Amino acid sequence: MIILQYVIDSLSVGGLYALAALGIGLIFGIMRLINFAYGDLLMMGAYAMFLMAAAVWPITILGGVVIAILVALLTERIAFRPLRTADPSVLLAASFAVSFFLQNLVLMVMGGRALGVDIVPVLNQHIVWGELSVSLLNLFTIAISIALMVGLSIFLNKTSIGVNMRAASEDVRMARMLGVRVNLVIAAAFAISGLLAGAAAIVILGKTGLVLPAMGLRLTLVAFVATVIGGMGSLTGAVIGGYAVGILEVVLGGVLPLALLNYREAFIFAVVLLFLMFRPGGIIKVASLEERV
Amino acid sequence: MLARVREGDLLARLWPVLILIAVLAIVVAFSHLGPVSFERMVIKALIMMTVVIGLYIFIGNSGILSFGHSTFMVVSAYMSAWLTMSVMRKKIMLPDIWEGFRMLEMHVLPGAILAGLLSAVLALAVGIPLMRLSGIAASIGTFAVFTIVTVVYNQWDSFTKGSSTLIGLPTYVDLWTAFGFVASALLITFFYDRSKYGLQLRSSREDPVAAKAAGVNILLQRLIAFVISAFVTGIGGVLYVHFTATITQANLLYLNITFITIVMLLVGGMRSLTGAVVGVVAISVVSEGLRLAEKPLGVSGLGELGLAAFMLAVLALRPAGITGGRDIPLPSFLRRT
Repeated sequence: MIILQYVIDSLSVGGLYALAALGIGLIFGIMRLINFAYGDLLMMGAYAMFLMAAAVWPITILGGVVIAILVALLTERIAFRPLRTADPSVLLAASFAVSFFLQNLVLMVMGGRALGVDIVPVLNQHIVWGELSVSLLNLFTIAISIALMVGLSIFLNKTSIGVNMRAASEDVRMARMLGVRVNLVIAAAFAISGLLAGAAAIVILGKTGLVLPAMGLRLTLVAFVATVIGGMGSLTGAVIGGYAVGILEVVLGGVLPLALLNYREAFIFAVVLLFLMFRPGGIIKVASLEERV
Repeated sequence: MLARVREGDLLARLWPVLILIAVLAIVVAFSHLGPVSFERMVIKALIMMTVVIGLYIFIGNSGILSFGHSTFMVVSAYMSAWLTMSVMRKKIMLPDIWEGFRMLEMHVLPGAILAGLLSAVLALAVGIPLMRLSGIAASIGTFAVFTIVTVVYNQWDSFTKGSSTLIGLPTYVDLWTAFGFVASALLITFFYDRSKYGLQLRSSREDPVAAKAAGVNILLQRLIAFVISAFVTGIGGVLYVHFTATITQANLLYLNITFITIVMLLVGGMRSLTGAVVGVVAISVVSEGLRLAEKPLGVSGLGELGLAAFMLAVLALRPAGITGGRDIPLPSFLRRT
C-alpha cells in the first residue's frame, strides 16, 4: 500500500516536473536558449487566474493558460527573436533580463506580498482508501501531465508543423534551406511552452493556493536540472529527467529521517551531481549537440 | 598586438589594466565630493565589480557559464564573520560556535584573505570532479554545489544563525578600501590572463580539440582558473557583507546576485577584463539613474523595467557586449615607434 502511495505521489510530482522540463527542453532543442523566464510564464498565468478567480473555474483556468501563452509569444517576439543568432550564453542572459522584467512588472502592479486564491476548490478533496490518501489534485496532475505529453507527442509526429519543429531542432539551418518556416516553428514552440507553463500554474496554484512574483523560480531550476539529467536537447530525455527528479524528491521525503528532512534539497542536488559525474551527457545523449571534428 | 610591443616597454604591456585602475581611481576621488548616498552607490558598484571580475576569470577565459559562483561569496562571507567579529558580538549572536572561533578577533585584512582562501580550497575540492563536465552540465554542476552549500549553511544554526540574519559585522569597506580590493583583483586577473595558463585556457575555449592536440591540459587549466576565480569572488562576498554589516540568505539574495552578475559580465563583454568592469559600471549607472528618474513620477518599479529593457537592448545590439571583448588600446602618442 505504501508503495502505491509512493507511486502516485511520484507520478504527480514527476508529472509536474516533466511538463516544465518539456517547456524548457522544447525551446532549447530549437534555438539553444535556456529559458529562465519559463517560470515567469507560469507566474503570469497564475496571476491571471488570481484576477479571474471570480469567474466559473473553467474560464479562470482557460484565461490563465491563454495569458501564459500570450506572454510566451510576446517574449519570443520582442526579446528573443532579435537574438536568434546570438551565442547561447547571451540568450541565457537575455532570459534573465526577461524574467527580471516580468517579475518587476508584476511587483509594480500587484505588489510583492503573497496573495491567496483557491481556483478549483474541488481539487483539494482527498480520496482515502485504507492507508492510501490521494488528493484529487494529485490525480488531476497525473492526468493532465499524461494528456499533455500524449498530445505533444501526437503533435510532433503527426502534424506538419510538428514534424517541421523536430527537423528544426535537429538542424535549424538545414531545415530552413529545405523550406521550414523557422519563425513560425519557433513561435509555435513558445506557444506550447506557454501552454505547458499554464498547466503547471494550475497545479502549483492548486497545491499552494498562493501567487507570488518569484513563484516560478524553483520549478524553473528543477526543470532545468531535469532536462540536463535527461539529456539536453532530447524531449524524451526531458520527460524521463522530470520523472526522475520527482521520484527522487518523493522517495527522499519518505526515507530521510526527520532530522535530515530539511536537507532534502541538498540531497537531491548531490544525487544530480553524482549522476552528472558518471553520465555528463545525460540519460539520452543528443548527437547533434556534439561538435564534429 | 603584444608582439609588436618591445619586451621592456612596461607601460604598453600593462596599459589595459593601468588605464582601468586609473579611471576608477579618478571616479573614486571625485565621489568623495558627492552626497553620502552617491558614495554608497560607488562602493556597492566597486564590490560588485570585484565579484564580476572573479566571475570573468573563470567564465570569460573558459567560456563555461557558472551558476554557482555565489557559493564562494556565501562561504567566504561567513568565514570572514567568524574570524573578524568581535568576541562580544559573537557571544551574543553565535554562542554555540566552535571554540577556536569564539575567542578569535582577527584583523579584517588577513580575515578577508583567509576567507578567500577557504573558497579557493572549496573550489579545488569541487572543481576536480566538476571541471570534467563541459558546457551546460558544468553550469548545472556548479549550481548543484551552490544549492547544497546554501542548504547546509541555512541549517547550520550554531555557525550561521540559520535562515535569520547575522548582524554586527565590523564595517570597514569605504571608498578607498573597496578601490584597493578592486585594483588588486584587476592586477591578479590581468597577470593571470597574460600568463601561459590564461592563454592555454582561452585556447581551449576557442577550439577544445585543437588545444588538446597542442598539448593543453584542459581540465587542469580550467581548475586553475576556477580556484583563482573562487578566491576573488569570495573576497567580493566578504566585502559585500562587511559593507552592509549583515549576512542574510533571505529572499533568494545570492541567487539574484548570481543572475545580475552574469548579466553584468555579458553586457560588458565576457571576453575581456575591460568588459567585466564596463558591464558593472553600465548596469550600476543605468540602474541608479533610472531610480532617480522615477522618483518624481512617484511610481516605483519603472526603473527596474527600464533596466531590464536596457539589458535586452544591449544584448540585442551588441551580442558580444559593450566592449565586444576588447581592451582599451594604448593611445598613439604613448606608443614608442
